[in-house]
Amino acid sequence: MSKIKVEGLTKIFGRRPKQAVKYLSEGKSKEEILNLTGMTVGVNQSTFEVEDGEVFVIMGLSGSGKSTLVRMINRLIEPTSGKVWMEDKDITKMNKEELRDLRRKNMSMVFQNFALLPHKTILKNAEYGLEIQGIDTEERERRASEALELVGLGDYLDKSPNELSGGMQQRVGLARALANDPGILLMDEAFSALDPLIRKDMQDELMDLQQRVHKTIIFITHDLDEALRIGDRIALMKDGSIVQVGTAEEILMDPANDYVERFVEDVNLAKVLTAGHVMKRAETVAVDRGAKVTLRLMRENGVSTIYVVDKQQKLLGYVTADQADQAVKAGKGLEEVLETDIPTVHPDTPLSDLFEPMTERKAPLSVVNDSGKLVGIVVRGAVLGALAGNDDVLNGSGGDVADE
Amino acid sequence: MNESTGLFPKIPLASWIESFVDFLTNYFSVVFDTISTVVAFITENLVLALGFLPALLLIVIVALFAWWIVNWKIGLFALLGLGLINNLGYWPETIETVSLVLVSVIISMIIGIPIGIWMSQKNSVQTIVTPILDFMQTMPAFVYLIPAVVFFSLGMVPGVIATIIFSMPPTVRLTNLGIRQVDEELIEASNAFGSTTGQRLTKVQIPLGMPSIMAGINQTIMLSLSMVVIASMVGAPGLGTVVYRAVTQVAIGPGFEGGLSLVILAMLLDRITQGANKN
Repeated sequence: MSKIKVEGLTKIFGRRPKQAVKYLSEGKSKEEILNLTGMTVGVNQSTFEVEDGEVFVIMGLSGSGKSTLVRMINRLIEPTSGKVWMEDKDITKMNKEELRDLRRKNMSMVFQNFALLPHKTILKNAEYGLEIQGIDTEERERRASEALELVGLGDYLDKSPNELSGGMQQRVGLARALANDPGILLMDEAFSALDPLIRKDMQDELMDLQQRVHKTIIFITHDLDEALRIGDRIALMKDGSIVQVGTAEEILMDPANDYVERFVEDVNLAKVLTAGHVMKRAETVAVDRGAKVTLRLMRENGVSTIYVVDKQQKLLGYVTADQADQAVKAGKGLEEVLETDIPTVHPDTPLSDLFEPMTERKAPLSVVNDSGKLVGIVVRGAVLGALAGNDDVLNGSGGDVADE
Repeated sequence: MNESTGLFPKIPLASWIESFVDFLTNYFSVVFDTISTVVAFITENLVLALGFLPALLLIVIVALFAWWIVNWKIGLFALLGLGLINNLGYWPETIETVSLVLVSVIISMIIGIPIGIWMSQKNSVQTIVTPILDFMQTMPAFVYLIPAVVFFSLGMVPGVIATIIFSMPPTVRLTNLGIRQVDEELIEASNAFGSTTGQRLTKVQIPLGMPSIMAGINQTIMLSLSMVVIASMVGAPGLGTVVYRAVTQVAIGPGFEGGLSLVILAMLLDRITQGANKN
């Protein structure tokens, strides 16, 4: 079962929202409703599910309704219609006490401008959620300092928020949210107020942290790069409606409509696609097969280089046709003519990090996984093809790339 | 003079107000008597308590307090200024004035701060209270003296009551403003973590609105000092009486002395409350 389920969630700003909801269900657009009634559709019948432990990014430009949408999940903004489920509980039906309990124990929020209390120390800020639950001082200090330790601020407990940089302040915001140990984190443009470099660090750190704490995270952003970096799945919003939900790859490679396509066309593919996406199968030969067999294999497959592996498919090096020929003539073993100085990359290495090893060496890059096994090779043409937006070179689309 | 000449006869506003006041005095005299007794009791005892200490000792205590709260300069100013008042021979009147101001300000805070908080929480309350505050501040202060005398006769009590009415609005207004000015995101954060309304007020809104609330109290103190002379017209004792008597006798010397004493008092109270605000 999904952790959070949102069904037809709608927010109308105006005096007679019921009327607007009726128009929406009749299929009228946001603009038509504004012209007809003067009411604004904040969020239009949004539906999606978030799995337990998933990082779900809601991405859209300003005014797309993403902040309203996330605030309806913990009901900082009351939905006009629709449902929000947390597991089997209907959040939209909760009374005041149940809602307060939900906010205290199950769902914490991180804010764009950090929303720290300037008159309290870092520790007291991190304690806030526990303090209002009436937890005794000793326990809440312990839990808050643990959370601060987790975000790397263990040494700053007695500082005041304005003595900290933006990135550090947001860590406090994160620690405050984590101190309650909620299952769900709502992060509203949490990194948008930070400098680009700091933002990147925070994204990395959030992902590291997520490995340890396994929260269900709903992350709001207007930054597509950020969405692609951290989102397990992404929902794209426009004019209050969700236009596409999918993984980063699905959205980039298979945009649902023109809007998404235009949106993603400027994405730096070099940072999203990885070696794994563009690699092709490598011709390999086991080292104990000998030079003669190797030469024959190369002739049969029409390649001028072949990769030499051991019995466990671990990469040892490569030989060219010339070297194999010499080995046959001199009666040497393959291991004696083997070229072992060989550039290798990981399947998760982004294309942007492939340029340098590629320009240094003429030979294709070998893609090697964590256990040292050769899983494929990357040739220059495939990288360039992928960056040019050519889907054919990507794995899974049946592409066939010529060797250079 | 303004006999209505046209279709509409003059609205008898004055006689309505008079019968309303009559109605109040007839049926609520117990309430007014109680208020009168309590206020008189507090004020008189405060005067007695402050007067009990020797003037010089009290001056030194105030000067040290000002030094501790603000800085040594204000401490020195307190020492010299209050010393001058004592030297001029207005010490008993000063104590009466300070008592009147303190009682008025404390009652203004007790009534005004909760109203300000209430206003900040409900727009409907703000809509109703704002014009009342405008009325209280713009109505000439002398007008308050009439019902004050009717309900509380002469002396310190009607002076305190008229002073409260005139000087309370800034406390109410700035409490409301201070709470409303708290960053919307902080309110959201406080709600998002499951605060009750009371927790949000005491842990976030009031602490963050404090500078503004303190500025309101400062304004209330200044306004009540400015009421001192007017209050003396209904027999409230103190420096106001000195000034008022000087005015009626066209005695420029004593008038200046009384006025100067009030100015010293006003500056001192202003600096001390502002200093307290900064801490």
